[in-house]
Amino acid sequence: MDAILLQILNGLDKGSAYALIALGLTLIFGTLGVVNFAHGALFMIGAFCAVTLQRLLSLSHQVEVPGQVDFLGNPLMADVPYVTDWFGEATGNAIIDWSVPLAILLTIPVMLLVGYVMERGLIKHFYKRPHADQILVTFGLAIVLQEIVKYYYGANPIQTPAPEALSGVAQVLPGVVYPIWRIVYFCFAALIISGVFAFLQFTTFGMVVRAGMADRETVGLLGIDIDKRFTFMFGLAAAVAGLAGVMYGPINAPNYHMGMDFLVLSFVVVVVGGMGSLPGAVLAGFLLGILESFASTTWATTTLPGINQIIIYLVAIIILLTRPRGLMGRKGVMED
Amino acid sequence: MGILEVKGVNKRFGGLQALGDVNLSVEENTVHAIIGPNGAGKSTLLNCLVGKLIPDSGSVSFAGQSVLGRTPHEINQMGISRVFQTPEIFGDLTVYENTMIPCFARRDGTFKLNAIGSVGSQTDIRDQAMAMLEDVNMADKADVHAASLSRGDKRRLEMAMCLAQEPKMLLLDEPTAGMARADTNNTIDLLREIKEKRDITIAIIEHDMHVVFSLAERITVLAQGTPLVEDTPENIKGHPKVQEAYLGGHG
Amino acid sequence: MLGLNKKDTNLLLVVLALTMLAPFILNPFPTDSGLAQFNAGYPDLMQRFAIFGIFAIGFNILFGLTGYLSFGHAAFLGVGSYSAVWMFKLLSMNILPAIILSVIIAGLFALVIGYVSLRRSGIYFSILTLAFAQMSFALAYSVLTPVTNGETGLQLTLSDPRILGSSAAADGSIPVTNLFGLEMRSAWDMAVGPWTFTFSAGYYFCAIVLLVAFYLSIRIFRSPFGMMLRAIKSNQTRLNYTGLNPKPYTLAAFVISGMYAGLAGGLMAAMDPLAGAERMQWTASGEVVLMTILGGAGTLIGPVLGAGMIKYFENILSKINESVLHGWFAFMPDGLEDFFVAIVYPFVGKGWHLTLGILFMLVVIFLPGGLVEGGQRIGAAFRRKGKKAGGAEAEAAKQQPGE
Ligand SMILES: Nc1ncnc2c1ncn2[C@@H]1O[C@H](COP(=O)(O)OP(=O)(O)OP(=O)(O)O)[C@@H](O)[C@H]1O
Ligand SMILES: [Mg+2]
Repeated sequence: MDAILLQILNGLDKGSAYALIALGLTLIFGTLGVVNFAHGALFMIGAFCAVTLQRLLSLSHQVEVPGQVDFLGNPLMADVPYVTDWFGEATGNAIIDWSVPLAILLTIPVMLLVGYVMERGLIKHFYKRPHADQILVTFGLAIVLQEIVKYYYGANPIQTPAPEALSGVAQVLPGVVYPIWRIVYFCFAALIISGVFAFLQFTTFGMVVRAGMADRETVGLLGIDIDKRFTFMFGLAAAVAGLAGVMYGPINAPNYHMGMDFLVLSFVVVVVGGMGSLPGAVLAGFLLGILESFASTTWATTTLPGINQIIIYLVAIIILLTRPRGLMGRKGVMED
Repeated sequence: MGILEVKGVNKRFGGLQALGDVNLSVEENTVHAIIGPNGAGKSTLLNCLVGKLIPDSGSVSFAGQSVLGRTPHEINQMGISRVFQTPEIFGDLTVYENTMIPCFARRDGTFKLNAIGSVGSQTDIRDQAMAMLEDVNMADKADVHAASLSRGDKRRLEMAMCLAQEPKMLLLDEPTAGMARADTNNTIDLLREIKEKRDITIAIIEHDMHVVFSLAERITVLAQGTPLVEDTPENIKGHPKVQEAYLGGHG
Repeated sequence: MLGLNKKDTNLLLVVLALTMLAPFILNPFPTDSGLAQFNAGYPDLMQRFAIFGIFAIGFNILFGLTGYLSFGHAAFLGVGSYSAVWMFKLLSMNILPAIILSVIIAGLFALVIGYVSLRRSGIYFSILTLAFAQMSFALAYSVLTPVTNGETGLQLTLSDPRILGSSAAADGSIPVTNLFGLEMRSAWDMAVGPWTFTFSAGYYFCAIVLLVAFYLSIRIFRSPFGMMLRAIKSNQTRLNYTGLNPKPYTLAAFVISGMYAGLAGGLMAAMDPLAGAERMQWTASGEVVLMTILGGAGTLIGPVLGAGMIKYFENILSKINESVLHGWFAFMPDGLEDFFVAIVYPFVGKGWHLTLGILFMLVVIFLPGGLVEGGQRIGAAFRRKGKKAGGAEAEAAKQQPGE
C-alpha cells in the first residue's frame, strides 16, 4: 500500500511538469491552431530565469576580511553580495536562499514578453500554413533558443537549489518520506492548472477564448477581435511553461537541452490526452508521469526489463491505435 | 429490379434523423434526379451509397451486390463514381495527371506497385486521358495545375475524371451549383452527350429545376429525410404535395 | 538514356560529374593556404556527404511525395548499422552481404512500424513514428544490450567468428572492411602543385551507391507509383473515391524510404565498423528532416544538396575556433578585430547549431521550397533581366487566358 502511494507521489512531480507543458501546448494548439515545437524551449527559458536571478543576486564585490591573511600574506578578500549590503546580512542571505521562488516574479513578465514577441514576430505568419511548416519553423526556433542559452550559460547543468527550509524530506504518511520540494512543485502546478481553468471558465475573456477554440470563425463573425485575445493566450501559455520550468530547477538542474527532452514527451502527452483538449492534457500528463514511476520500480523492471524506458511511448502507441483522438480529443482535430 | 436498390435506410446524427426509412430504386441506364429542400438529407443519402457513411439500418445494393461494409475505393471499383458538391480534385497535379489517375485505377485496380516504369511510357493511359480531356474540351489546359483552374473548370475536370473510369453509375451532387448560366448549359449538354454515347446510369442531386427537368427521366423528392414521391418529371411538375413540401421548405 | 527523359538525364549526369570529381571540387584551396580549412575533400567527410545524401533521398520519397512527416527515420538507419556490424562479426568483412542485410532488415522494420503508424495521419502519424523510434533507441540502450552492446556501441573484436573470413588479420589486428579484397580505407593521394587530392576507395563506393540510389529515386518520381504518391499528398479523399487504396501506396513509400535509411546505415558501418544507439535518437531523425527541407522537399536534387550543406557546415563551421577568427580579422585595428570576432564567434565552432537553426528558420519562412526554389528564383530573375520588356509582357499575357 505504502509502496503504491510512494510510486504515485514519485510520479506526481514529473507528471506535474508534463501536465503544465502539455497544458500550454494545448492552449496554443486549441486557440491558435499552431503546433508549437518551441514550447519545450519556453520551459527551458523559464528554468534559466531562475539561474539568471540566482546569478544577479549573487553579484558581489570583494572586501577585506579584517585580521586575516591568505597564504601569501596578503589581506584575505571575501566576496560579499550586494544584496547583503543593501538589506543586511540576514535578509540578504535569505533573499539569495529563496532565489528560485523569487524567480517566479521575474519569470512571469519575461515569459509574457517572450510569448508576445514570438507570436507577433513569427507564429502569426504561420496560421495559414500547413501544420508541417509550423512544426518545422518552431523546431528551428527551438534550436536557436537553446543554442543561445547554451552560448551564454554553457553546456553543463547549473544547480539551482531549493530554499534551505524546503529542501529536506517530509513524513507524508507513517513510514513514507518524500522530498518537500516535490510536494511544493506539485501544489504549485495544481495551483497554476486550477488558475488557468478558472480563468477560462469564469472570465468573459476566457469564455470568448473557449468559444474561439470551439469555433473560431463564428466567434470572429460576432465582431470580437479574437486575434488580440489569442496573442495573449500565447503569452499565457508561454508563462505557464516558464513557471513549470522555473520551479523545476531544484528537481533537475537546468541545462540547455532540457526543453527538447521534455518537448518530445509532452507532445506524446498532448496526443494521448487528445489534441485540443485541456482536461485531456492535464489528465494524460499526470497519468503518464505516474505510469512512468510505476514502471521504474524494481518489480516492473525485473518482470519486463526496459519497461521504464519505453512505457510512455508504448502507452501512446496503444492509445493512438485504439482511441484515435486520444483520451479526450474532439472529432476532426488535426486529422489532415 | 434497378441497378441501385436502397431499402429501408436510416441514418441518425445524434438527435437528428437525417434519413428515415429511405427506399429508392434506380433503373439501369436512366437519369434519376433527387431533389428536395436544403438539409433534406440528399448528400447524406449519397454518402451512404459510396461508403462515406454507414447507414444505421437498411440495405444498399448495387448491381445485385451489397455495398454496405465496403470501403469507398472498393465501392468505386464496383462501378460507382461520384462528383462532389465542392470539387475534389488533385490540386497539386496537372489536369492531364488528374485525368490519368482514374485511368490507372480502372486498368490496375486498387493498388499496383509500378515504381520503375515511367508515366511517359504508358501510352494507352495517356491516350485515354487525352481523349477524355478532348471530350470535355479541356485538352488545351492539360498542363495547367488543377488548383489554378476556375471553379467551373474544376467541376468539369472532376466530371471528366469520373467518366474516365467508365463507371456503370455516376453520382452527381449539385454539379451546377455556383455556375453561370452558360456553364450550366454546357454541363447539361455534356451530361446529355455522355448519356447518348455510352451505357451509364446517372443519379443527380440538383436545386436548379432547369437542370433537373432537362435531364431527369425520374425524380425522387426527399423532404426531412424521407422520400415524398417518386415519379416522371411531368407528374412531379404539377404535384401539389411536392410543391408544398419543396417550396414550403424553401420559403 | 536509361529510360529517363532529357532533363532527368542531364540532372543525373550533373550528379555523376559532381560525385566523381568531388575530390577535386571539394578541395579548391591549396593544402598549405589559410583557406585549406574550408576544403571538404577528405574521405571521411565525402563519405558522409554521400551517405546522408542517400538517407535524405529516401526520406524525401516518403515526405516529399506523400507529405507524411516521419520523425523516426533514424531508427531505420540505426537498425541498418547494427545489422551490418553483425554481419562483419559473424560472416566476413566483405561489405556487400552486410549492406544487403542492412537494407533487408531495415525494410522489415519499416514494414512493421509503417503498417502500424500509417493507420493514422497528420501529427498523429508523426508522433507514432517518433514514439517507435524513441522506443527502439531506449531499448537499444538498455534491454537489447546483448544485441547492441548498449552504451558502448557495437564493435568488432578479435574473438568474432567471421566464418567466411578470419577472426584476426595476419598482423593480429582486427581485419578491415573491404569489397572483395578492396579495402574501404585504402586511398591514393595525388599532388598537383600545391594541391593534394585524395581518392578513397570508400568514398567512391559510397558515391556509386549514391548514384544508383539517386537514379532509382528519379525512376520512382516519374513512375505511376510516384504520381499516386503525389496524389495522396494532394487529396486523399479523391483518391479513395477514384477506386484507389492509399494505404498500400503509402506503406510502400514508407518501406522504400526505410530501406534507403537502412542502406545509409549499412554504408556508415561499412566505412567505420561500429554502431551506436545514438544514431537512432530523435535528434538524428530531426536532422534528416532538416536536410530534406533545407534542400527542397519533393524535388529530386534538393535532399542531396541539403545533406551536403548541413554536413559541410557541421564539419567546417564547427572547426572554426576563436584563434582562427582572430587570424581572419587580424588585418583590422585591435578594437574592431575583437568586435568582429565577438560577433561571429557565437555562430561558429560549438555554436554552429545556432547558424543551422537560423538558416533553417529562414528557409522555412522565406523559401518553403528550399535551396532548389532559391536557385530557381535566382535563375528566373536572370532570365527576366535578359529578356526585353516586351517579351516579359507577352509571357505574362500568355498566362492570363486560363482564367
Ligand atoms: N456529419 C454530420 N454530422 C451531423 N449532422 C450532419 C452531418 N451531415 C449532415 N448532417 C445534417 O443532416 C441533415 C441533412 O444534411 P444533408 O447535407 O444531407 O442535406 P442536403 O439535402 O444535402 O442539403 P443541401 O441541399 O444544403 O446540400 C442536415 O440537417 C445536416 O445538418
Ligand atoms: Mg448537400
